Amino acid sequence: MKKTFQNPAPADTIELNTDFEVRSLDTVCLNESHLQHPWWYNLKYAAAGILFGIVLVKSQVISWFRIQEMFRLQSFHMYGVIGSAVAVGMLSVWLIKKFQVKTIHGETIEFHPKQFNKGNIIGGLLFGFGWAMTGACPGPLFAQLGTGAWAVSVTILSAVAGTWVYGFFRERLPH
Amino acid sequence: MMEFLKQPWPWYIAGPVIGLTVPFLLILGNKHFGISSSLRHVCAACLPANIKFFQYDWKKESWNLFFVAGIAIGGFITAAWLSDPGPVTVAPQLASELSTYGVTDYQSLIPADLFNWPELLTLRGFLLMVVGGFLVGFGTRYAGGCTSGHAIMGLSNLQLPSLIATISFMAGGFIMANLFLPHILSL
Repeated sequence: MKKTFQNPAPADTIELNTDFEVRSLDTVCLNESHLQHPWWYNLKYAAAGILFGIVLVKSQVISWFRIQEMFRLQSFHMYGVIGSAVAVGMLSVWLIKKFQVKTIHGETIEFHPKQFNKGNIIGGLLFGFGWAMTGACPGPLFAQLGTGAWAVSVTILSAVAGTWVYGFFRERLPH
Repeated sequence: MMEFLKQPWPWYIAGPVIGLTVPFLLILGNKHFGISSSLRHVCAACLPANIKFFQYDWKKESWNLFFVAGIAIGGFITAAWLSDPGPVTVAPQLASELSTYGVTDYQSLIPADLFNWPELLTLRGFLLMVVGGFLVGFGTRYAGGCTSGHAIMGLSNLQLPSLIATISFMAGGFIMANLFLPHILSL
């Protein structure tokens, strides 16, 4: 890996971009914590990832066949997985908000509303095309690689390339 | 116990466990469940190329990279010690359709007939792996998230844009699987 900021921008520019780009348009997958911790605190997320990865494989969510069954309405399995996951997630978020649950470090858990933009539809359709072709969304791609399907590394690199190309053309795309 | 673990898990066990990832990450440290951002962090870390979209402090979000590394390790652990040796069971209609495309290997969850190195040099394999992967990466960022960030985290937080995105994911998948994929698989 190369050094991070080869083109050093003034610190305030980076701050501004962080606020605008990461916070408002892409409020997903975010670190809302304001605490500074040593790097090894992140190992707890690796542990969470391991459990999540095991579940993805054991429930066959990473199966190309299961994704095809879902989009051909030939099996209830994936609908059951996603539906019950969303139900449990909704209940959990509701409980966290209602009882103002704090993190294990004592921080208040924060939520931010998402704003609609046309990308939700156009990007969503394109993502759906890719999902049916590869038989995997991003999480399962990493789990597939872990199970020893090495050719999937090409799919992951291609997904990184797709993300990069989106970043490159972002200003010119309808949002 | 081990016998149970080695069987494929039913949806009513897997789904709730996946759903519990949402509060788990929030309580561990205010982290919003989502996976596709890791792809963006890789771009920001390796090739920001002066693109504004990649100029941010990715190290602050590095928890996400630890999380996806964990997912890969989880996949490895399952394949090594928890896997069910039998062939994958597939809906009979799907199996008969796939046999017409020469997809007959059910030993792995990832069909060995389609996803392998030599296949990459064929038009079919190139479309499935390279173009498919590109669409996943491009589409997810354009949509502002993937199945985890929108369909699970976003819906859990009752976000309308996430519902719209999820419906678009499904619509795209239905269109591709039923209208275009049969032609691609016939190549």
